[in-house]
Amino acid sequence: MLHEVLLVARKDLRVEWRSKVTIGQVAPLALLVLVVFAFAFDANARLLGLGAGGLFWVAVLFGGTLLIQRAFDLETDDGNFDAFRMSTIGAPSLFLGKSLGVFIQVVLLELVLGPGVALLYDVRIDDWFLLLAAALAGTVAFSVCGVLWGVMAAGVRVRATLLPLLLIPVLAPVLLAGSRAFETAFGVRAEAGWTWASVMFVIAAVHTAIGVGTFGFLLEEG
Amino acid sequence: MSTVVDFHKVVAVAGGFPVLAGLDIEIAPGEIVHLRGSNGVGKTSFLRACAGLIPIRAGEANVLGFDMRVDRRAPRRYIGLLGHENHLYTDLWVREHLEFRASVVGASEGDVGAALRRVGLSERLWSVPIERLSAGQRRRVAIASVLISRPQLWLLDEPHAALDSEGREFLDGILIDAASSGATVVFASHERDVLKSVASREVTLRGGRLWEDSGAA
Amino acid sequence: MSQIPDSKHMTATLGTRILGSVAVAAVLLMTLLGLVVSPEDLVQGHAVRMLYLHVPSIWIAYAAFVLTAASSVLFLIRSRSRADGGRHHDRLAGSAAEVGVLFAGITLVTGMLWGRVTWGTYWQWDARLTTTVLLFVTYLGYLALRRLPADPIVRGRRSAVMALISFVNVPIVHFSVDWWRTLHQKASLSVGRRPEITGEMYWTLLYSTLTVTVVASWLIVHRYRVIRLEELRDEEALNALIASRLREDDVGN
Repeated sequence: MLHEVLLVARKDLRVEWRSKVTIGQVAPLALLVLVVFAFAFDANARLLGLGAGGLFWVAVLFGGTLLIQRAFDLETDDGNFDAFRMSTIGAPSLFLGKSLGVFIQVVLLELVLGPGVALLYDVRIDDWFLLLAAALAGTVAFSVCGVLWGVMAAGVRVRATLLPLLLIPVLAPVLLAGSRAFETAFGVRAEAGWTWASVMFVIAAVHTAIGVGTFGFLLEEG
Repeated sequence: MSTVVDFHKVVAVAGGFPVLAGLDIEIAPGEIVHLRGSNGVGKTSFLRACAGLIPIRAGEANVLGFDMRVDRRAPRRYIGLLGHENHLYTDLWVREHLEFRASVVGASEGDVGAALRRVGLSERLWSVPIERLSAGQRRRVAIASVLISRPQLWLLDEPHAALDSEGREFLDGILIDAASSGATVVFASHERDVLKSVASREVTLRGGRLWEDSGAA
Repeated sequence: MSQIPDSKHMTATLGTRILGSVAVAAVLLMTLLGLVVSPEDLVQGHAVRMLYLHVPSIWIAYAAFVLTAASSVLFLIRSRSRADGGRHHDRLAGSAAEVGVLFAGITLVTGMLWGRVTWGTYWQWDARLTTTVLLFVTYLGYLALRRLPADPIVRGRRSAVMALISFVNVPIVHFSVDWWRTLHQKASLSVGRRPEITGEMYWTLLYSTLTVTVVASWLIVHRYRVIRLEELRDEEALNALIASRLREDDVGN
């Protein structure tokens, strides 16, 4: 099974390597969002510093939703889901493989966004360990939720509008927890950042379990 | 196993429409069956029903000895399906795509090279993104993907579409080889004359069921 | 001959006629009790009457979503073994979700009106309001997913998985939002004194809850039947199509 998971993830990353959509398009777009936030807050350095954690996660949500859309478009564009249905790769492996692929691409996105937030919003990091743990937990949670909803909207004509509608309410706790944990890591809020980080680990675990259990239902036609 | 595909009064529904309506057909190992009929008579649906991709609503259907009403996933691993679409990751290089398909079915990298040579795709195109290939070249890559999985049952939907005459000759050779090694081939095609040489049997569908059958050769 | 039962067996059975009449009568009495009989609150005055619609609505919304989740699980478990492919559970899940969304909407509107009177603003980032709005949008998404054209079984499975995830998320959302608001805005949470619910107010609230439950059940039953009728209509059209295709001996394709 691990072999299959890695096969699927490696394939998705190779597609990214060849097409450079994440690095070439989504990451710059997310950076642009950071700039636009500064317009919304009238470049008020204090406000931007206070909200930096939340703005980071909103930008990740925005860019990540596009990545998930893309991860499923490449399966539906030329009928590749049929190839998966015909293959011996099990639905749980496909779910975990797609999630791993999305995870690594969202990490790439965050590696661009993180320095962007730090520089543009003048953020100092008090607690690196918390920052990395929260980023890890939030990204895992985002990836598994995204893949679970992504397959539901895959191949549907209205997928571009449907996916965010389905995804954002479910990700609301991740946004909330990620923002608070980052604020603690940035030292602008003296609260239990670690508890927020563990909330995200719980969310990630719950959705991974649901995905492994139900992905097969979502893959079959008729 | 005396029959590879055994459909008896099969009714199948897709998109709220009875695409197969009382289809009776038996196909034996080693046959090369040419499915004919105008648009919308159920050729694609028959192929997809054989692959277990659409459910059987009524009648009896066995594929490779598996009862499709019980578990239509069971025979899939022995089936090579080529649909209207090519099932290609167009961002990948030709070789990368086939290496992925090969690793899924447990084939080696050597098989990839062999399959690409077999479909006559020149070596200079192996390291080119699939999206830069012409429609006919993509079709060849798609056929190579099926070839790699060494299926017992080949289900090909308009495989000759977009292929040039050289490509068709390659394909015909592949199908004949597959059949002579015991596999069964079912392909849908409009182009009768070109293919008469390959098919051992011609089956015409109409209105979701069998209309004419030349019988096993 | 149509297999679709006539209205005596579908939309107008004796049982639901009685249920409907009871619901209408109960709503009238609820209006009377809520607006006239029950007293004003010492602090909130007449605004407290919003309670009799607000609280039962959220209770019904949650109950409906529980029903949706339970039916969805049954659908996923039993869809292979049941003759109708588990469609009964699918219909129940769909109709309950519709009613749940309706009452979640009522909760939000009454909550905001109430907030305007007691807090002086329509919206407070109150934990319960925030949770409710997320719940509302989640199930709107669920209904959007159900509306997508798809094979009934495919649609059923997809919506069942979504209902399951949405339901598992309810406590997660509730906990995180609640924790968020209580952690650093304790002051804003105190809405002034909560009305003391005793005597006539208590009985009115209890009665309203019962009434709203009856109304919701009535709505769910009818939505279920309408969905079933739609399915029967599609099924009958399909069977006619199959029959006509099977009969055709030599005509056309």
